[in-house]
Parts: sequence; C-alpha cells; structure tokens
Amino acid sequence: MSDTAVKNTTIARRTGESGLLKRIIKNRAIYLMILPGLLFFIIFKYAPMYGLIIAFQDYKPYLGISGSPWVGLAHFERLFAEPMFFTILRNTLLLFLMNLCFYFPVPIILAVMLNEVRREAFKRFVQTLIYVPHFMSWVIIVSITFVMLSMDRGIINELLVMMGFEKINFLLSNEWFRPMYILQVIWREAGWGTIIYLAAMAAIDPQLYEAARMDGAGRFRQIWHITLPSIRSVIVVLLLLKIGDVLELGFEHIYLLLNSMNREVAEIFDTYVYTAGLKQGQYSFSTAVGFFKSVVGLILVMIANWLAKKAGEEGIY
Amino acid sequence: MHDKSLGSRVFDAVNYTLLALVALITILPFIHVVAGSFTTVQELAEKQFVLIPTVWSLDAYRYVFSTNTLIRGLGVSIGVTVIGTLISMFLTSLMAYGLSRRDLDGRRIIMFAVVFTMLFNGGMIPTFLVVKSMGLIDTYASLIIPTAINAFNLIIMRNFFQNLPDGIEESAKIDGCGDWGILFKIVIPLSMPAIATISLFYAVTYWNTYMTAILYLNDSVKWPVQVILRQIVILASGLSADTSGMDDSFVTPPEQTVKMAVIVVATLPILLVYPFLQKHFAKGALLGSIKG
Repeated sequence: MSDTAVKNTTIARRTGESGLLKRIIKNRAIYLMILPGLLFFIIFKYAPMYGLIIAFQDYKPYLGISGSPWVGLAHFERLFAEPMFFTILRNTLLLFLMNLCFYFPVPIILAVMLNEVRREAFKRFVQTLIYVPHFMSWVIIVSITFVMLSMDRGIINELLVMMGFEKINFLLSNEWFRPMYILQVIWREAGWGTIIYLAAMAAIDPQLYEAARMDGAGRFRQIWHITLPSIRSVIVVLLLLKIGDVLELGFEHIYLLLNSMNREVAEIFDTYVYTAGLKQGQYSFSTAVGFFKSVVGLILVMIANWLAKKAGEEGIY
Repeated sequence: MHDKSLGSRVFDAVNYTLLALVALITILPFIHVVAGSFTTVQELAEKQFVLIPTVWSLDAYRYVFSTNTLIRGLGVSIGVTVIGTLISMFLTSLMAYGLSRRDLDGRRIIMFAVVFTMLFNGGMIPTFLVVKSMGLIDTYASLIIPTAINAFNLIIMRNFFQNLPDGIEESAKIDGCGDWGILFKIVIPLSMPAIATISLFYAVTYWNTYMTAILYLNDSVKWPVQVILRQIVILASGLSADTSGMDDSFVTPPEQTVKMAVIVVATLPILLVYPFLQKHFAKGALLGSIKG
C-alpha cells in the first residue's frame, strides 16, 4: 500500500475507535443525568446481590464478609432437611395457585364488564370507587378487616349471630386464612388491575363489533370472539409477571396476618427469612433461604417467558 | 349504532347492576369504618350496623389525639412523603430522561440492568446489611433512600420521554440549547401529566411505608402513621405473631371506635389526594406510556 493509503486507514481506524469516546464526551451531560440513579441501583440493588455470598458462609457481623468462614452449601442442606421447608413450599404454592385461579380472572372480568358500559358517567363512577383500595396500605386493609372480623363486636360476627349462627374466630383460624387472604387481595387490587385491560380494549376497532353484530352475534359472542382475543397479549404478559412474582407474593400483606395460630398455613419464604434472619440473627441461613427463593423465582420467569414466546406472544425481555 | 335487541338490553341491565354492586361492596367497609369512628362506643355496641351514626361523637378522635403519638406519626409520614417524593422524582426523571436518548451508548445494558432488578434481588438480609453499612439504620433517611427509585416507575417515565416528538429536541439544539436546557426548559414542562402521575404513585408508596420502618427504625418516636396503626389495631388485639417494635403504652386494647378513628386518620390524606389522581387515569395519560 502507498503511504497515503496506510495513513488514511490508520486515521480511519483511530477515528472509528475514538468515535465511541467522542460520543461519550458529547453526551457527557446525559451520562451525568444517569449517574445518580445508576449509583442508586448499584448500591441498593446490586450490592445486596453481591451480599448473597453470605449464604455460603457462616456470617458474623463483627467478622464481615471477608472475615467470615465458608460453609459451602451447608445452609441449603439444612433448609431442605427442615420440616418447615415443605410447609412453606406448600403454603407458597397454594397461595400462588389461589391467587392465579381466584384473583387473576377478576380484573379481566371486571374490565370486560366495564368495557360494555356505554354511559361514561356511570363507568367513571364505578372506576372511581374500585380504584380506592389499591391506594390503601396493607396495614389499612388488614386493620379494616380486623375491625370487621373481630370476635369482639366485629360487624361480620354480629351479622352471623343475628342470622342465628355462631361467631367465627376468623383471625385465628387455619381454615379461614386462605379465603381471607384471597378476598383481601381481590378487594385491594382487582379494581386497579382493570386499567391495563381497559387500555388494551380501547384500542379495538369498533368496526369489528359492527361486523359481528351484522352476523347476528349477541353480546356474549362479541366478547368471546373480539374483546378477549384482542387482549390476549396483555393477559399473557401479566401472567408472566405474576409467575415471576410467585414467590414474592405479599410479604407485607401476610406479615400482618401472621400469628401463632395460623402459622401452619400462613408462613411463606419471606416471613421465614424475616423471622430467622432479623429476629433470630441467623443471617447466613436466612439469606440462603431468600437466595433459594429468588433463584427459583427467576427460573420460573425465564421458563414462563420462553413459553410465551413459543406461543407467539412477546415476552418481558 | 347500538344493539337494541332484547338480549342486549337484558345484558346491559344485569351488567350495570352487577357493577354497581361491586362498587358498593368495595366502598362499604370504608363507610362502615368512617361512620363507626364518629360515634360513641355504646352506639356501636348497640346498633352494630352503623352506616350512618344516629349519635355523632368525636370521642374517638379526642382520645386518639390526646397524646402526641399520632400527631408525631403524622408529621413523620408527611415529611417522608413530601421529601421522599421530591427526591424520587428528581432521581427517576433524570435517569429516565437520560435513558430515553436513543443516541446513548450503553443504553441497552443499563436498561437491562434496571429490568433485571425487577426479576431478581439480593433479598431482605443483604439489603439490610447494605443499609446498615451506610449508617442509615434508625434514621428517617432509611425510609427514603433505599427505596428511592422504583424500576417500574422509571420505565414508565422513560417510555413517556421516548414518545415525545424528536423535532422538539432538534429545534432546541439548533437554538443552541444544551442537554440540561432541553431537559429543564422543554421536556419537563411538556411532561407534566406523566410527572404528576408518577409523583402521586411515589407519594402513595411513601405514605404507606411501614415495612421499611419496622426493619430499619428502632426508635418508636420515628414511627410513621402506618406503623402506629398497626400497633393499635393489629398488635394490640394480641393476634399478631411478631410483636417487634411493640410500644408498651398501647397494651390495653383500644375501643372499636378508636381503632376506626386511627384507620381514618391513616387513610385521609390519600383520599384527599385521590380526586386529582382520578383525573389523570380517566385521561389515560399514563396508558400511552405503559404501552410503550
């Protein structure tokens, strides 16, 4: 190659590499904007992930991570040998399935019902009311429940007595825990959950309904053949997110409901982690439990995501 | 053109009725609690169905405010909510705007890192240890900083910024506006609906803070309202397994009316703010950004 050609290629290569650097410098203000948020994620989201290491150690606070001895998988072995483990697993899975079967369809049904309403004023009225519980903290929801279900002058028990039944100790019983939990979840989230479905339904072409009516389809058939298929993608995505959440379900919620009488049915991974870890100081063991839970959750999401893509829908990532 | 057949009209009648029923059932517990808080203990005991009290009384409220506890809690909650929302919005908007710029190198990696935190996290103990190592235990800051940015909110804001017309940034640049200028003088004013909505999301979350308070605070003086509520209604009934943070001053179970009054106090600010929220949802200002 001639001298100029060599020089030109060298220059081209150098500018190509420093093209990236140039862009970074040009965008330095943007990077500065991202920096504080990035620091937040690094410190409070990723540093704790590094902290998962203590699940493999016998962590002592005064020794720190670098000073604590390694125990390998000992904590995990202990976890699987623990009788409580299967109780927790069963509880978590059962609550999740109940959530899926009883809670998940409700916002969809409500959205379909709302979508069929022609009077805007009525629709808005209903929406205003059903969104309210979503903004209440779990403390408020559970407190209201306690007040209403209490043995001592709670309105539900008073009603039962009036109808000739015995009072039921809802709050301490094993049998009532799961229904109570699910009803609370529905009360709080079903209304809010309609928003995203309604948004998807708003995008449906009205002409589809026209055509269906011409063909003699009644209301139900229109819903079944037009409305529901149109929101299929949304349903799938939300289902995926829900599955990813399976082991995450309602720590703040259940923590408030947990008591010595219903522990058998109410204890889940997170409450166990909290009790063993922060109450009893078994840092490493409880971290191992939490680690296990998070990993399983991640695997489930990945599986669900892959399944969704196989079914032709978009995944979360 | 609407279907006026008989089947269709029956459908409507049933639909409307059911929806009205749902709305009513949703709101009934609140009405019951509010009504019960404004009556006397005897009234509640005799007429258990208090939906509209025949005997009005501020007894419960007088009792609840007779000590400083609730007022202090309100102060804490309001402070945390206002300051927390400001900090969160500042951090979130800045990062969201930065990530909305398509010409940014590394954008995809950072976004992935953000989304990943929604799928997997370090867990309670490691996070606790991080907070502890930063010296935040038993400080008000621990109620704000560790939860400053919500990944979901961040994504919504980023999508919103992304959907703004490119032309605006272009013309601003031609006018010699720097990146900061574009953000503050043009993008932010245009984004008020999204900013308002996300601010309200953060505000509600901060107002409802209770678990972080139980985890990170040791001093009951610093308790926000929700923790006090838990103390009074849930712990005092002797029904909870975890009595951590139990304050001895509330050992005798309070009356039903008192419990209801505290619930009302804990809920009120949200209910006051709620009408403003509603306006934005009805507009669907948020939804466009979710779809992105």
